[in-house]
Amino acid sequence: MGKKIRILVAKPGLDGHDRGAKIIATAFRDAGFEVIYTGLHQTPEMIVDAAVQEDVDILSISVLSGAHMTIFPRVLALLKEKGAADMHVIGGGIIPDEDAEKLMGMGVGAIFGPGTPTTEPIDYIRDWWMKHHQEQDS
Amino acid sequence: MTAADPARERARQEARALADRLAHGERRAIAQAISHVEDGTRVGRHFLDLVYERTGRARRVGITGPPGAGKSTLVHVLACLLRREGMRVGVLAVDPTSPFSGGAILGDRVRMPSATGDDGLFVRSMAARGNLGGVAATTYEASEVLEAAGFDWILIETVGVGQSELEVVELADTTVLLLVPESGDAVQVMKAGIMEAADIFVVNKFDREGGDRLITHIETALQLADWNREGGWRPPVCPVIATREEGVDEVRQEIGRHLAWLSGDRERLQRVRRDKIERRVRVLLRRALVEGAWAMAHIEERLQAEIGRIAAREVSPYRWVEKILRGWRYRTG
Repeated sequence: MGKKIRILVAKPGLDGHDRGAKIIATAFRDAGFEVIYTGLHQTPEMIVDAAVQEDVDILSISVLSGAHMTIFPRVLALLKEKGAADMHVIGGGIIPDEDAEKLMGMGVGAIFGPGTPTTEPIDYIRDWWMKHHQEQDS
Repeated sequence: MTAADPARERARQEARALADRLAHGERRAIAQAISHVEDGTRVGRHFLDLVYERTGRARRVGITGPPGAGKSTLVHVLACLLRREGMRVGVLAVDPTSPFSGGAILGDRVRMPSATGDDGLFVRSMAARGNLGGVAATTYEASEVLEAAGFDWILIETVGVGQSELEVVELADTTVLLLVPESGDAVQVMKAGIMEAADIFVVNKFDREGGDRLITHIETALQLADWNREGGWRPPVCPVIATREEGVDEVRQEIGRHLAWLSGDRERLQRVRRDKIERRVRVLLRRALVEGAWAMAHIEERLQAEIGRIAAREVSPYRWVEKILRGWRYRTG
């Protein structure tokens, strides 16, 4: 047994483009993470509700619809409300650099744009994990 | 190892705090307790010890069947039904872990659109983490966490199973086996294993070709087996179209009937539960003994030191195992 990295992969919004989310979910699986895949059309409330029940370490949210400036802040606020502000949020999708800067200022850990090799978020997550995770004594 | 062991005392305190938060209905505490139990931490063990007396009252239903049979969909519809009855429902959905990477895709939530803001429903995905019996090694303990949190019903969804992954039977009071019209012919349903484990059969996707034929096959097999299971429970066969919620009411009724039958004979119910708990204790003890002995005799290091010679056929694995065992016997006197 022992601790595994648990990560929620969510795709909010009304568009049906989940290919990117599926690719990243599979890459995370191959990296040895436990990936909770929620599917399409998730609201921030559904995402945070699932994250709390699944006790994930990281929320990975893909936004292609242009609604990132409403979705990410809402997710961060809800996490705080549910006493889960320690969960780490990262994002992907089509997000202009200046918006990405703003989101990271609000507390999003990292934003990965289109064409990012899947090794990048995986390395990022492993680094974050090493820095933030205290090994549980068993 | 004494009471003054600070790490142990810290784990106890953390477990106590977790149990308090759980008693106050804090959902994050439920989730964190399950993680501790899943990861096999010391906090998790203390926690289970603390809440054990609060467990044993929930009704536990196992839902099993081959991949793609519709388990998640049925669990979702059943959970909604039970919620409408005012029952608090916990769901444990198990998916397989990759033997290659150790990772997993837990995708059962896709078919379980969670009713946001409903405190009476809690859905948790679990990776099998190498256990091959259709559930995770810690699914039983996870269900105890949910029971301690006051859920009336626990629905346990297995990984997609083949013919012999039956561990869910040990966890559940009632086991529901889902099949689809293409699931097989008369001989398949006569085979040993999973077909014998079902308390209730569901033929899902009944709008497809062959559903009636499969029901006939199952019923014939049940007659041939003379179904002389204790007390004479004869598993019913329910045609269902889960995506349209058709036939799920009947499944709910049959689960109720089975539970009533189970508890109709108090002595039998107590014996069945006692036997299951005894087998559970054996599993726990065996696991603890193996882990303990493995560490105490430095078996991992010794195996790594010797595996090259074994692979090169210089030492036989049988002799090596014998040697380890002899050393162990000597050590324990």
